Amino acid sequence: MAETTRRTRPGYARWTPFWFLAPAVSALFVIGIYPTLFALVTSLRQYNLTRTRDGFPFVGLANYQQVLTDSTFWQTLGRTGEFFVVVMPVEVLLGLGIALLLHRPGLSFLRALARVSLVVPLATTYAVVGLLGRLIFNRDFGVANAFIGVFGFSPFDWLGNPTGAFAAICIMDVWQWTPFCALIFLSGLSMVPVEIEEAARLETTSKTALLIHVQLPYLLPGFTAMLILRSADVLKLFDAVFTMTRGGPGAATELISIYIQRVGFRVFDLGVASAQALLLLVLTIILARVYIRFFYREIE
Amino acid sequence: MSPRVLGRILHGVALLLVFAITVFPFYWMVSSSFKTQTDLLASPPVWVFTPTLTNYADVFADEKVTRAVVNSLIVALCSTALSVVLGAPAAFALARYDFRGKSDLWFWFISNRFISPIVLALPIYILALQIGLLDTHLVLILVYITFILPIVVWITTDQFRSIPKELEEAARLEGASQFDIFWRIYLPLGIPGLAVSAIFGFIFSWNELLYALVLTRRDVQTAPVVATSFMSGYELPWGKIMATGTVIVLPVTIFALLVSRHMVRGLTMGATK
Repeated sequence: MAETTRRTRPGYARWTPFWFLAPAVSALFVIGIYPTLFALVTSLRQYNLTRTRDGFPFVGLANYQQVLTDSTFWQTLGRTGEFFVVVMPVEVLLGLGIALLLHRPGLSFLRALARVSLVVPLATTYAVVGLLGRLIFNRDFGVANAFIGVFGFSPFDWLGNPTGAFAAICIMDVWQWTPFCALIFLSGLSMVPVEIEEAARLETTSKTALLIHVQLPYLLPGFTAMLILRSADVLKLFDAVFTMTRGGPGAATELISIYIQRVGFRVFDLGVASAQALLLLVLTIILARVYIRFFYREIE
Repeated sequence: MSPRVLGRILHGVALLLVFAITVFPFYWMVSSSFKTQTDLLASPPVWVFTPTLTNYADVFADEKVTRAVVNSLIVALCSTALSVVLGAPAAFALARYDFRGKSDLWFWFISNRFISPIVLALPIYILALQIGLLDTHLVLILVYITFILPIVVWITTDQFRSIPKELEEAARLEGASQFDIFWRIYLPLGIPGLAVSAIFGFIFSWNELLYALVLTRRDVQTAPVVATSFMSGYELPWGKIMATGTVIVLPVTIFALLVSRHMVRGLTMGATK
């Protein structure tokens, strides 16, 4: 009740917030919402830039029908899911391991060094990661083959065959995004109150017991965050994979965003590509809603 | 050797391993950029070699690369500056006022973090084609605002919330208007948050490839686009490619190290601190 009386005399005019918000909101409207609506209209048209003779007639839901029955669309979506299922557990487990190493007391210089180095992959331009991948996984002079050679494996044409190329993009993704998981877990670990952690260390010498009973509750919110954000990022993933493999060989590394880009900007069928993009947007909005539900409850 | 000492040694080795693997690709890029083509194509790869500056001479003599770096700078700086100018007042409103639809607005800002660039690239390509904006700085600057503005709004709102209300109440008693409060109290005290979000904005727009690939042709190609364009032909100029890569990655790495404490916050839109 006290809250409402205070709100009735806020000390500013009712329209004040509006003036502060108007520039940002109108900008996002013009460059975000309007193009999205335009994409919606395009998705209902036959809109192929290589066949403009008949104009761009409305074709109803034909593009959506085509997308939903297009086996390549489902395959790329499936491949994107597969990619996520391969990289995510690796990134989570390695990330957790690194976070525990960094959280462990002692050796402060080495810990600081490793902690700072984690920022490097996160900031590396994604397109350059792809170019580096091309060099590292080269069949003839790539350093990846030199590494596996140490363990007695013969040189492998990573980017020349479907399995190798898929493995290579997974390895580059694990390199780039494991630090993300590690840093999130590390911040979770540092949230554990010192007294509780020390009391627990007196009770048990088992690291596993400490992890499961004391630290885990503090790690779960971060874990959920990385799960949702990484799945959104994988749906967005384009730059690194495009520069590394262009989706090939064949379609072995063609993830959803790469496929839509191909339909839109190499086949120039913008109607169908818009329909695909909007279906992707629906998926993304669901993810964003789930994320917000989990993490921003206090604002509602 | 006692288990304690052994544990310490293993801990140290593991930390060094993490460091080595994390920086290896970066090291490999930089060292490759100092190799001659012969050293680059050596099999097995050479680790010790006589460094050469030819690749960098090539890169800086190539007008395509220097122009691309300038384009990237223009686009990243303008889109970041515009996002800060638009985002700071919005963050003030979100941090300070109660109004209807506030949470919906907030969610809308946050949702932009999730959207795949391909969703906007398609319609914006058509629109830009129609009004003749393809291959201009302006179109890239505008598009980049869609992902920088939400970050600015998020980080700055958080910063503004931490400013004590007493400051503002004192100012109001002295007759300050809402705009004065924003301009004279919140903005100066919010500079750390604005700076961090500006650095993130710069990193993200500097690194962007998809929009730049689709919306530029020749004049406004950004650095990542040009680096990618070297990847055609039979024998690739690896030294030059890696030197270009180094030129692109170095500035953002330095920026990222500056905001390394905030890295997680920036990448998760504040879900974890």
